[in-house]
Amino acid sequence: MTDLAQSDLKRLVLHDLHVSLGGKMVPFAGYDMPVQYPAGVMTEHLHTRAAAGLFDVSHMGQVILRPHGDMAALVAAFEALMPVDVAGLAEGRQRYGLFTNETGGILDDLMFANRGDHLFVVVNAACKEADVAHMTAHLSAVAEVEHITDRALLALQGPMAEAALAAWVPGVAEMRFMDVRVFDTGFGPMWVSRSGYTGEDGFEISVPESGAMDLARALLSTEGVMPIGLGARDSLRLEAGLCLYGHDIDTTTSPVEAGLTWAIQKVRRTGGARAGDFPGAARILREMDHGPERLRVGLSPQTRAPMREGTQLFDPDGTPLGEVTSGGFGPSVQAPIAMGYVAASHATPGTALEGEVRGKRMAVTVTPLPFHPTTYKR
Amino acid sequence: MKYTKEHEWMRVEGDLVVVGITEHAATQLGDVVFVELPETETMVAEGDEVCVIESVKAASDILAPLDGEIVEVNTKLVDKPALVNEDPTGEAWFFKMKIDDLAALDDYMDEDEYADFIG
Repeated sequence: MTDLAQSDLKRLVLHDLHVSLGGKMVPFAGYDMPVQYPAGVMTEHLHTRAAAGLFDVSHMGQVILRPHGDMAALVAAFEALMPVDVAGLAEGRQRYGLFTNETGGILDDLMFANRGDHLFVVVNAACKEADVAHMTAHLSAVAEVEHITDRALLALQGPMAEAALAAWVPGVAEMRFMDVRVFDTGFGPMWVSRSGYTGEDGFEISVPESGAMDLARALLSTEGVMPIGLGARDSLRLEAGLCLYGHDIDTTTSPVEAGLTWAIQKVRRTGGARAGDFPGAARILREMDHGPERLRVGLSPQTRAPMREGTQLFDPDGTPLGEVTSGGFGPSVQAPIAMGYVAASHATPGTALEGEVRGKRMAVTVTPLPFHPTTYKR
Repeated sequence: MKYTKEHEWMRVEGDLVVVGITEHAATQLGDVVFVELPETETMVAEGDEVCVIESVKAASDILAPLDGEIVEVNTKLVDKPALVNEDPTGEAWFFKMKIDDLAALDDYMDEDEYADFIG
């Protein structure tokens, strides 16, 4: 294995800002990204929960689906790619979605928004080329699939996010969780959603690259806002019990095993008006109706030793049960935390398991998710 | 004080060698959240993995810098791993070793050489 040469890494439009802020740059999904700033992961994490954190997530994919004719034809075609209710999403609202494959695994997880005459989709960086190809293959007959590459994406998260963004864009204060709106601003047309991936209230902001530097500097100059790297983004989402694609979910895990059935609305479930008719429906609906063989669970190691990704999990009698898919230390809960898959028979909160750390079996308990309560503004 | 290429420092205290990690290493690791110490009265060889340090980001090992016996460990680090970031070259020592010949330390970098080593 060789590391990507620095020159092969793509640079974010805010690259120079990250470097000037003292960001420690690392390769991530083909981009040169700040993993932390001088404050460090712990401080950045706690600051986001206490005030507001600014994250550069411009590496993520932004896609517009513009119908050739009728919106309804696009909605129906997009709904055929996911076990999710697309038709029921009101204009100005966003929803969590999942592209599934024929065997019921997850190709990617995403956010999609109904913006009246088109859909706006945000996908994971590592999957974006494949997602665009997937959407192009399945939606070209009814819509233009437009991969937006001239916009940055910023996330502003935490209890002071509303005040900080409203200082520049007053209208955002009226938005509720998962609302989307477009604002004409001095930074260019801003596409704002009240969402994020930290468990905190906050916003994701798509802004033209030409206005991104000024917007980032403006937000960083606002009371309570600090730049946050990928390290804290990971610990924040883990505490919030949110899945990281390629780790907690992938092409082998079904949405049911992953505990994402809340994302499958009633209308797409057995007995619903538009039940099934999405890739992998046979497995996904069977697992919903009869229970999956394994489940994603929260895990609280009972010693101070973190259980990292790949830690093998066992019944106290020694039977292998599964493994950790994300694990580390939760700065807000001040304890090691993890998520992983275990046999459904051992997935009830409170179940005592063991995880193997450096050759030793250590006690770990199945725990409800999230580890830290979410504070979305519903 | 003497230094290893693995960013550990060694300080002679009577007939013992006190071992810890450098400020540079502590900064690179980030916030330390877990420390696992060796058993006392353990014979170790140079290069043996004797402690585990975990930061928010990742796990790393501390190697025995010399052949000898672990005679004392700093149990304060178990309850307060953050000491490693707060005072790496003082209060956050990891263990004390008894070695046959303190002259073995002569092979290691002094402060100026270590400063050059980390650039």
